[in-house]
Amino acid sequence: MSMQSMHIVSAYDEELAYLSRRIAAMGGHAERMVEQALAALVNADAGLAQKVIADDAVLDEGQREIDEKAIVVIARRQPMATDLREIIGAIRISADLERVGDLAKNIAKRVMAVTGSQQPSSLFRGIEALSDLALTQLKDVLDVYATRAVERIGFVRDRDDQIDAMYTSLFRELLTYMMEDPRNITPCTHLLFCAKNVERIGDHATNIAETIYHIVTGEQMPAERPKGDKTDRVTAPH
Amino acid sequence: MIEALWRKLWRHRRLLGVGAAAIVAAHLLAGWSVVVPAGLCVLLVASVLVVGEGEDHAGEGAGSAMADDLQRLPAEHLAAAVADPLILFDRTASVVHANAAAFVAFGSMAPGLSLPLKFRAPEMQALLDAVLSGSAGAGSIDYAEKLPMERAYRVSASAIGHGSPLYVLIFKDQSETRRIDRMRADFIANASHELRTPLASIAGFIETLRGPARDDAAAREQFLQIMQNQTGRMARLIDDLLSLSRLEMKPYLRPGSRVDLTATLKAVIDTLTPLARDNGLVIEREFADEPKEVPGDRDELFQVFENLLENACKYGQSGGRVTVSIGAGHDGPEPTVDVTVRDFGPGIAEEHIPRVTERFYRIDPQTSRAQKGTGLGLSIVKHILTRHNGRLSIQSEPGKGAAFTVHLPAN
Repeated sequence: MSMQSMHIVSAYDEELAYLSRRIAAMGGHAERMVEQALAALVNADAGLAQKVIADDAVLDEGQREIDEKAIVVIARRQPMATDLREIIGAIRISADLERVGDLAKNIAKRVMAVTGSQQPSSLFRGIEALSDLALTQLKDVLDVYATRAVERIGFVRDRDDQIDAMYTSLFRELLTYMMEDPRNITPCTHLLFCAKNVERIGDHATNIAETIYHIVTGEQMPAERPKGDKTDRVTAPH
Repeated sequence: MIEALWRKLWRHRRLLGVGAAAIVAAHLLAGWSVVVPAGLCVLLVASVLVVGEGEDHAGEGAGSAMADDLQRLPAEHLAAAVADPLILFDRTASVVHANAAAFVAFGSMAPGLSLPLKFRAPEMQALLDAVLSGSAGAGSIDYAEKLPMERAYRVSASAIGHGSPLYVLIFKDQSETRRIDRMRADFIANASHELRTPLASIAGFIETLRGPARDDAAAREQFLQIMQNQTGRMARLIDDLLSLSRLEMKPYLRPGSRVDLTATLKAVIDTLTPLARDNGLVIEREFADEPKEVPGDRDELFQVFENLLENACKYGQSGGRVTVSIGAGHDGPEPTVDVTVRDFGPGIAEEHIPRVTERFYRIDPQTSRAQKGTGLGLSIVKHILTRHNGRLSIQSEPGKGAAFTVHLPAN
């Protein structure tokens, strides 16, 4: 990678570049899985859901490979400073991405349960908007991994707040549907879990942002503001 | 050097050929030995080289000048003239050069950026791998981005070859066709759902008018009034749906055009003053008279402010006034111009704020119907702002009104 300082042993540079390429490939897969899981949910597409479930293996494999490779590099090269952060960062990011894949897979698994009965499309509009936010978060964070432009990473906190606010709103909405008609309870509960999964995907993206910040600057990202998820205080409307 | 010499000779091949033929013919006819014509031919070649030199400097000989121009054309200039995003990259898949279209489409494309890190979609990774490993001289794939805007490309990658160690990636925009397909499906779904409600009501009243209320003049008048309201609503809905679809059809902003926000806002305020007066409101201008220019499309931004101000007039009625102000802010390091439309009505409850820009999302369907809302106004606003790289933020405290702020990039 060109933004890293060159080492005397060019094979070492290649190993580091290989790690970040693998991370990017995992990121691409994770983004695709989340996108497709949501498309499967909204369009009641069982075939696509099956594909997402099967694709999760790619991310599991990716994480294993990065872990092994990282350990080999550490053992062989005894990395210091930036390089060490780069390698440890790769391990942590790949773990986050693997979790994103699991969450997408979990959404895909719920597709049949949610869409078994005919649902009004308004039910999905909220979760679509939520997933757009989470996916934008993931995309922007991975773009920062490519460009290393951590000075722009402030957007992560703002968007995290938006995701939390949207999730809280969605929580209320689904609660209302359940109260209106008990037949809504099954699909709405599944949707609630899907929404929670999407919100968690956003959290993982934020984690990745923190890791990238640490890789590039060697410091922790500036302190977090109080969390905006207020669902712990939402009760059924009377 | 020798290569250049040969090129020059080749360029003047016709002259050389004719000259040589003439010399040989003349000497053979005269019956002289072959040595003399050979010597004359050498002289001819030398003269052509000298003449050629002169021609080059004089810029005569269209063909040769054009060939020279092509030789001298730097790759960046050629790339800049290509309207599609074009990226030159090296053996390690790092960007060597990206043209302006690539910057517009994908943001920062600084030299050295690793392409597989930027384009993470599995099929892009496969394409880059295939071309770099040499297993395919050239290949192309379909590549789609969903966020921040829906875009689809036909991407082709190939080695430049001819001794160059570089590779080229070209994106052909296919968004238009994709978008038209999707738009059609969306339009039908949304429109049929939203149009059915007024239609059902009209159908119901027609039935009543033909049956029980056939001879009831008072009821007839009342029902016809309701039916007229409903058809009005359908017409507004169709207008909004069409303007939303139009926006989706052309998601990119024409570069270079600039708008004076002060003049646009004044025009919007003038347009809506009658409505405000009817609702018992005053629109207060809280910005100076000097022009404030930002990049953007005038008609679209007019619609943004019109929708926001119209909402403020409709839903902030109880506040008695609406204010419009221009301020300065920043989005990350970039400076922005912020236009705020503030009302002092009932405000928006916190849980609705993140969702008001969704299509057909209504905080209170009753009020929205009464105010002739279509549920698309803010959706249109959001769409236009995305095209302008801007964003909308909403601050509201229940009971104290709501402030809608448009953040537009200043440069």
